[in-house]
Amino acid sequence: MIDFIGDLLVWFTENWDGQDGYLIRAWNTIRLSALATAVAALIAIPTGALLGHYRRFGVSAVAVVNIGRALPSFGIIALALPITIRIARNVPDGVPIFGSGLGFFPGFIALFALALPPIFTNTYTGIREVDPGTVEAARGMGLPEGKILRSVELPLASPVIIAGLRISAVQVVATSPLAALVAYGGLGRFIVDGFAIQDNIQIFAGALLVAALSILTELLFSRLEKRLVPRPLQLVEEQAAAPIGKPVAA
Amino acid sequence: MIRLDRVSKTFPGQTTPAVAELSFDIDEGEIVVLVGPSGCGKTTTLKMINRLVEATSGTISVAGTDITSVPAPVLRQGIGYVIQRIGLFPHRTIAENIATVPALLGWEKDRINQRVDELIVLVGLTPEMKTRYPAELSGGQQQRVGVARALAADPPVLLMDEPFGAVDPIVRGRLQEELLDLQRRVHKTIVFVTHDIDEAIKLGDRVAILNVGGILEQYASPAEILRSPANRFVEEFLGEDRSLKRLSLTPISDVDLVAGPIVEPTATRGDVEATMKEHGVDWVGVGTDGRLHGWVWGEDVTGTAGDLEPRPFSVRLSADRSLREALDSVVSSHTGVAIVDDGDRYLGMLSIEEISRHLIE
Repeated sequence: MIDFIGDLLVWFTENWDGQDGYLIRAWNTIRLSALATAVAALIAIPTGALLGHYRRFGVSAVAVVNIGRALPSFGIIALALPITIRIARNVPDGVPIFGSGLGFFPGFIALFALALPPIFTNTYTGIREVDPGTVEAARGMGLPEGKILRSVELPLASPVIIAGLRISAVQVVATSPLAALVAYGGLGRFIVDGFAIQDNIQIFAGALLVAALSILTELLFSRLEKRLVPRPLQLVEEQAAAPIGKPVAA
Repeated sequence: MIRLDRVSKTFPGQTTPAVAELSFDIDEGEIVVLVGPSGCGKTTTLKMINRLVEATSGTISVAGTDITSVPAPVLRQGIGYVIQRIGLFPHRTIAENIATVPALLGWEKDRINQRVDELIVLVGLTPEMKTRYPAELSGGQQQRVGVARALAADPPVLLMDEPFGAVDPIVRGRLQEELLDLQRRVHKTIVFVTHDIDEAIKLGDRVAILNVGGILEQYASPAEILRSPANRFVEEFLGEDRSLKRLSLTPISDVDLVAGPIVEPTATRGDVEATMKEHGVDWVGVGTDGRLHGWVWGEDVTGTAGDLEPRPFSVRLSADRSLREALDSVVSSHTGVAIVDDGDRYLGMLSIEEISRHLIE
């Protein structure tokens, strides 16, 4: 046991720098996860908000989006790989994101699909569950629909929306090592390569780094919640996360 | 000020209209109460005025302008709106809530601040509440903020949808008084929806009684409705205690008061007995120079009426109080009459017979 901890410490002192060091690989993981979550948010928040505001197609949209949750990320990566490679062949040189179609691109697709449902569901539910009296009063006073959405519904739903973002981001970071299976150079490399060469220290160190990054993500979003949620709404923060657990029936 | 002309509303997927061919006018500066059982379309009618519900047919005009000739948000910015759920913005301070419409209209900051200060006082709140959030206020206070917010841009018309339905009866009574008091100062045209006939009678200059399906059964002043209900529906809706409701609407000054069995302090036993016999009572009031000191039992008088220490009348009412209050004092007093004075001078008295005669007339 003592040996193991000792070896682990040695590993951490010896493997931090360089192209295969854990700093670069952590950065790669952050890049991939952040991009997947951000693109998911850019798509899910506006559509969720609009559908929630007009109370349309919510149930079907949630069902469609939840396919992302039903499909295992592992499966999505495997399915995406041949497609991304084919696409990559047709992309002109010098477009860095796509590369060879290995690594980043299929990883991104899987993580994006994973990130989408919580953000969409929470945005939609959060907007819908804003007190109808408040919305009616706003409309009755002559606020245009866009303004009702922006200055009443979104701020009031913000605790729920940010909770959705947090859940997505943490899930994405925790799942990101899978991208190593399709040759992505993130923290997952240590785990996948570690298994290949049966290096337990390396596997353990990689897992530790992924776990640490997940916890950091969680902390980051708690901070964000404090900053973005209007102060008087923070008192009811605990209730805000509620719509996640319960099935969305509309 | 507001005119509804054969307005109908049929909601999608329904065969019977919620409101059918409804027409009535509301004059400038009056409070009109729409009242009726649930399903009578009173809220639908109200919401058609600010187009939260679009009429299926017919026309509505406010201040002579067809409401469909302007975009709905613009129309609504010129009409105050107060609802039962209040709907304050929980993430905005009280001052920000009140400033909603002025900010929307692009008022200067100074003008908004000044207006908010004015309104806070007008609705009976204190200036230190400006920086609080709605959750920190009681229900009654929140509804006052709701009223202030609706009045912020000084709209000529105010729509109120059961605004006091969610507060307890004591606070409701106070808010009703405050609304009447406020109306004496701001002179808005107010359309008020309630299911409570007593509230309608208390607040309305005119009351529109609606039946299920948005049928206008009667549209008149509360006194007129109580005196002569248009039909059986109205009668039933007014309830068993219609006469008592009428009494609460009638001031004592509407009735001719009688002097009653009153003697001077110098009256002898004989004078007292004659007065008692004339009025058919066993007591007399003792007074002089237009003042009434109190009353004594006739059989107690031995020398003159002034020899005895007069018993005070338990209740004395001023002439602007209602007959309902007079009745209350009649049934709870030894003498069986209500004494009316202006605080100093004795005006006369009311017996239960006088009160019921007024009802029968």
